Amino acid sequence: MDAIDVIKTKYVRELLANGKREDGRSINDFRSIRIANDIVSSAEGSAQVDLGSTRVLVGVKLEIDTPMEDNPEEGNLTVSSELLPLASADYEPGPPSPEAIELARVVDRGIRAGSCVDMKSLFIEEGKAWFVYADIYVLNYDGNLIDASTMAVMSALMHTRVPKYEDGKIIREESSGKLKIDNIVTSATFGKIDGHLLLDTTKNEENAADARLTIATDDNYVRAMQKGLSGSLSTNDVIELAGLAFEKHKEIKGYLKE
Amino acid sequence: MKANKPELIVDGKRLDGRGFGDLRSIKITANVLDNADGSAYIEWGGNKILAAVYGPKEVFPKHFADPTKARVKCRYSMAPFSSLEEHGRSGPNRRAIEISKVTTNVFENVIMLSEFPGSEIDVFIEVLQGDGGTRAAGITAASVALANAGIHMKDLVYAVSAGKIGEDIVIDLNKIEDNYSDCDMPMAIAPRNNDVLLLQMDGGLSKEDLKKAVSMVIEAGKKISSVQKEALKKVYTGIAEKYESNGV
Repeated sequence: MDAIDVIKTKYVRELLANGKREDGRSINDFRSIRIANDIVSSAEGSAQVDLGSTRVLVGVKLEIDTPMEDNPEEGNLTVSSELLPLASADYEPGPPSPEAIELARVVDRGIRAGSCVDMKSLFIEEGKAWFVYADIYVLNYDGNLIDASTMAVMSALMHTRVPKYEDGKIIREESSGKLKIDNIVTSATFGKIDGHLLLDTTKNEENAADARLTIATDDNYVRAMQKGLSGSLSTNDVIELAGLAFEKHKEIKGYLKE
Repeated sequence: MKANKPELIVDGKRLDGRGFGDLRSIKITANVLDNADGSAYIEWGGNKILAAVYGPKEVFPKHFADPTKARVKCRYSMAPFSSLEEHGRSGPNRRAIEISKVTTNVFENVIMLSEFPGSEIDVFIEVLQGDGGTRAAGITAASVALANAGIHMKDLVYAVSAGKIGEDIVIDLNKIEDNYSDCDMPMAIAPRNNDVLLLQMDGGLSKEDLKKAVSMVIEAGKKISSVQKEALKKVYTGIAEKYESNGV
């Protein structure tokens, strides 16, 4: 952390002691959410999410591959992420950091556990199925990459067109229809700062946070959870935040339109 | 959900005869590696895992040194021969990197970092044989190894998974249950205040399921904690006996 970050961290803590946040939000509000789809035409699906000034772009590509042995009639979904050096002064070029790997895996778990993509619909013929690759590109970092990325991957998948497959060739210019989506999963990530639990933390709030909890839900079930940072949460925190995550799911779902 | 799902619960019993809240057998031996400053070997059901601690020692590379506190570096790794499936690739995969990260967070919480400024404490968890719940067993063993290394900690952390099979919440999933279960939720807890230090989950849990799973983890933790403490006592009573028998 730079000296300026240390000062901002202190500022965030002092504000919170008076029940305030740096941007005036209440503790359980998301920042403004904007979602734009189909902005990369070379991809089979794409979405850009602006969550306050955090910006992530997700591109989805489909390839044909051999199905896994244990699910011979299903395709697969792979989520990867890159914390691009242009997104923050703190990001360096090079192999994916543990943070980038965690981001991709947490987003992947929620969407996979919620059976959002109909994997059976990706089956083409014996030994062939569509493999879906969703790549998270972080373009600007201002905290809460997990929720922004979950929204962006979900939205991009909902706008993905499956290319035509004819005579052993992929014809990307033509589509055989939309990717079949069975369920919508969203996530709500909370930071704990000096005992206060806050939804959708900014970069300054993340720097000040002791602990973090992501809860991905659909309408009825918690689909994935991930605690981050070295601080602790109480068991009551966990259960209380799960209830709140269900509330927030209803809200974010409204932004995810086909 | 995978094909060919076996019947995991028959007449209220699990495949290996356990009830829903029963742990597999857990055996921990502390102080098993000569070179390490602290170590522990755990056999938890079919899991066989070694944990070793080196440090506090000089930070490598040096520029990572923090003059206010110690740096904790955890490495979780699975031996290429540790799973019933194909030979694993050597080097950490994405899963291992994530587990190493969340494990580091656990021990950063309990180690009194400010007592060892400018130093590094390495925690190595090597899974020799895996049978589900390796990260939980690894953390449980690493806690004992840290205590064995004499590193000051606020608490002796344990970890265990809760899960869901059909509609039932169960504790401590083995490999086959993990493969076909409807949910897996590993947790690491600092037992003094039941602080949650690690929590991961995927699958599907209602809020009621979650409450039940958390309380089952806390209940199972009492047993795990006592096995950890016994393992540590044995090392030091063993040393005392050795000296007494020498007439010191």
